[in-house]
Amino acid sequence: MTETSDLSPRQQRLRRVSTSEVGMHTLPEAVPPAGSDDEARYGMAGDARGQLATVARRFIHSPMAVIGLCIFFGLAVAAILTEMFWTYSYTSITNTLNAPPSLAHPMGTNSIGGDVFAQAMHGTLQDIEIALVVAVLATFIGATVGAVAGFYRGATDTALMRFVDLILVIPVLAILIVLAHIVAKQASNWLWLAIIIGAVSWTYVARLVRADFLSLRERDFVEASRALGASNRRIIVRHMLPNALGPIIVNATITVALSIVLESTLSYIGLGIQPPNVSLGLLVDQGQDSATTEWWLFVFPVVILVVLILSIFFIGDGLREALDPKKNRVRA
Amino acid sequence: MTDATMTVDHLVVDFSTGDGTVRAVRGISFSLAPQEVLGIVGESGSGKSVTALATMGLLAKNATVTGSITYAGREILGLKEKQLAKIRGIGIAMIFQDPMTSLNPVYTVGWQIAEAVQAHQDVDKNEAMAKAVALLQLVGIPNAERRVQDYPHEFSGGMRQRVVIAIAMANNPAVILADEPTTALDVTVQAQVLDSLKTALAETKASLLLITHDLGVIAGLADRVLVMYAGRPVEIGTVDQIFYRPAMPYTHGLLGSLPRLDSQGAERLRQIPGAPPSMVGDMKGCPFAPRCPMRADICDEQEPNLAPVDSQPLDSPADGSGSAGSALDEIDDAGHVAACHFAGDVARLPVASMFPDTSADHEGVAP
Amino acid sequence: MLAYIIRRLVISIFVLFLATILVFLLVAESGDPLALLRANPKIPHRVILARENLLHLNDPLYERYWIWFSHAIHGDFGNTVAGQAVRPQLVSHLLVTLRMVILATLISIVLALAVGVYAALRQGKVADHVATVTNFLFLAAPVFVVGLLLKEFVAIPINEHLNRIVFYTNGEQSPTLSGSFFSRLPDYAAHTALPTITLILVSYSSWAIYQRASILETLDSDHVRLARSKGISPRRVLMRHVFRNALIPVTTVIALDFAAILGGALITEIVFGWQGLGIWFLNGVNGLDINITLAYLLVTATFVILFNLLADIIYAFLDPRIRYD
Repeated sequence: MTETSDLSPRQQRLRRVSTSEVGMHTLPEAVPPAGSDDEARYGMAGDARGQLATVARRFIHSPMAVIGLCIFFGLAVAAILTEMFWTYSYTSITNTLNAPPSLAHPMGTNSIGGDVFAQAMHGTLQDIEIALVVAVLATFIGATVGAVAGFYRGATDTALMRFVDLILVIPVLAILIVLAHIVAKQASNWLWLAIIIGAVSWTYVARLVRADFLSLRERDFVEASRALGASNRRIIVRHMLPNALGPIIVNATITVALSIVLESTLSYIGLGIQPPNVSLGLLVDQGQDSATTEWWLFVFPVVILVVLILSIFFIGDGLREALDPKKNRVRA
Repeated sequence: MTDATMTVDHLVVDFSTGDGTVRAVRGISFSLAPQEVLGIVGESGSGKSVTALATMGLLAKNATVTGSITYAGREILGLKEKQLAKIRGIGIAMIFQDPMTSLNPVYTVGWQIAEAVQAHQDVDKNEAMAKAVALLQLVGIPNAERRVQDYPHEFSGGMRQRVVIAIAMANNPAVILADEPTTALDVTVQAQVLDSLKTALAETKASLLLITHDLGVIAGLADRVLVMYAGRPVEIGTVDQIFYRPAMPYTHGLLGSLPRLDSQGAERLRQIPGAPPSMVGDMKGCPFAPRCPMRADICDEQEPNLAPVDSQPLDSPADGSGSAGSALDEIDDAGHVAACHFAGDVARLPVASMFPDTSADHEGVAP
Repeated sequence: MLAYIIRRLVISIFVLFLATILVFLLVAESGDPLALLRANPKIPHRVILARENLLHLNDPLYERYWIWFSHAIHGDFGNTVAGQAVRPQLVSHLLVTLRMVILATLISIVLALAVGVYAALRQGKVADHVATVTNFLFLAAPVFVVGLLLKEFVAIPINEHLNRIVFYTNGEQSPTLSGSFFSRLPDYAAHTALPTITLILVSYSSWAIYQRASILETLDSDHVRLARSKGISPRRVLMRHVFRNALIPVTTVIALDFAAILGGALITEIVFGWQGLGIWFLNGVNGLDINITLAYLLVTATFVILFNLLADIIYAFLDPRIRYD
């Protein structure tokens, strides 16, 4: 047996490795210590980023999404600040009638001396409020119905989906007109308006979630949870819903935008927000005849309305791209 | 080699993604001789599929390819789609990985094969369809005359893959690229598909570039093997050289994890600990070093290049485990290259002996 | 396949009549349609009584519904609150609306497919960005906004500039129009132009966005890659493997959106003062007129069901996978 010192370093290493004296301590770690050079070469650095951070980063990379976000928050903040600090409120009446935009009245005044700027800002706030309530309502109801239908299938699914069809077979606007007419008696309260819009909007979410659940149901992790003894409710809430969350969030955003469209349309035909309350659609209705004469009564509400809806669509589109796991997949 | 059908020289492929630039292939070179089967082996993420797609010009739009790809003496990297179309199918044909999504679901199988035929041969519809039937029979689809009018969803996975092989052979190409042709299939079906592949080679006399992570498939078909790791080839040699005298620890690791019918007793499979590196950003030193039992300081500093292997026994063997006087001694080193600073030593070690035969955390498992 | 269609049809009809019951209850319980009449001191009591009988207002709810139902399946939709027959009004208003809707739908489909394809093929370039922003703009703008903008800032300036009425902004035809159909055509056209354009602009945008996404997804798919690898010409790849496949999801979307088009038509009629189905319905609802409401409901829902069925048929035609169930 040759002495260890007789061998060259290379031969020593060979010897150590080739015998079964290899112990755990001579092997590289399966998981490298944090911060070591090996971590980067293991590709671990990438795993440490949370999912939320990844989504946020991808969202920020889309210029349209960021512009949408800025505009939306800009409008919302402007509206809130106006409500709190602006000289006039949406109900104020001044002596300047039908005045074009000026420093005192940046969006001019209407035929009874009301400040258009204050009204437009209040209308914006009102629209956003309604839209958020609708989105929350529609998403909750829709996600629940869709999840139950998609998960349990069979008779439950058929019954629920027939109910959804019931609502969707009639043009949404027509239903809303009927409902709004009944509710318009109760409602100078905008909450009622939000409820009826939510009552028709949940159907789209339900369909989407149902489709997602129908396919998620077949995935292995559901079977695995079942094998581990998880209850149905737990499987749905803890395992399947988080996977369907992406499309739900995107859809919720679109719902916000669409509810503003629906509400402003209803207000335009007189079945939505009633005076003395104000919404952007109502302002457009009131200003349409003066479009070419007192243009500020028409143009400002129209522009704000379109910009508001557009910004939300941009956000929704940006979210959709950021949440899509298939983007830029590199298959080696 | 001047008589090579296809050569790839220093191919580099970059993808621009949201996470930065990913260099999926970091410089691969090889040549394919006529009627030769070259197997490219590696894990997912090693860059093997990307290499094949790059030679056909089929990578996604966010890919940048540099280097050189020659076919029949002509440079084909950078050709426009219209020009590439003249070579695809008849010069170089491809078989894809996932048979469930490769075929167009709205056209019949016969239509799709006939389309391939008519793309390069001046025949009418009926002749093309007759050829389609003949091809289906060749790849072993029973009842070909009736099945030619069926849609892809009416076939099983293995049969669909055979249809894809039929399409690839339709114009007698000189090179067939098979990108993991059996990965998505059951083992029993794999054998059938490989048989169809062998038929295709016999009929078309084509060279085959076989990409797989399954060494068993390689053993059955390949003449030469190229092992890829982290976007670069780390060892190239004949099948015998690779299987019996691997000169790079990664190759040892791959072989060690393979169950062998000729292994004595109940030997445990060997494992390579750790995971492949991230392909984003630059790498210093040998990419395999973090997982390598032979790691030394030079490994972290300098990435080894492919160099000829000298696997003749040392004068004073440090161990007694060399094989003496067996057929293995007749495997020479001609054409065998490896990217390891200790290639020669590694080649002399018993296959996979440097890797542990216990799982990494077996002590953590309750007794 | 046929069994599937028939089954869907039967279920849809069933759902439809459930919907009529629901709406009937909602409208019947929401107030007295004759309230205005009663408040008018000049109307004699017997006239009001006669109207009540005509409208069966004093009968119990289920009987009222049954009366309506049994007449409706024979095509008799009862009487309006003003005592006139519903059906002739329904027909004349429907024809007016159809003028706008059919033309708009056809042109929207063509426009959406063209824009979607164009934008997808030039992805990332200026043309794509312009198209996408325009699509979003028209998607975001509510129908009444688009209509009003066209009316105030396109029609009126053009008319004033050319010193003659090129685009009419009110009504579906001139009130004193007469003569043969062909001589009336230019007048129809001048009246129909703006409302149709409005409807087109709001309808095409969502389909175009969807089509663009569908094509981009198909371009990346495995089967297109295989098609390219066969060496067929790039143009053929596009036509036979990209467009053909990308068309499938879009047809369903378009057909299912038809209900939305009817809703859009309603608003367009209000903006441009057309005496179409939508305005008729709105006035009916405002007047608590059940028969008008239910008649509108039946007609629109029938159209929606028919279009859904059409979508299923076209889908089965385009995608062999679902033909055999």
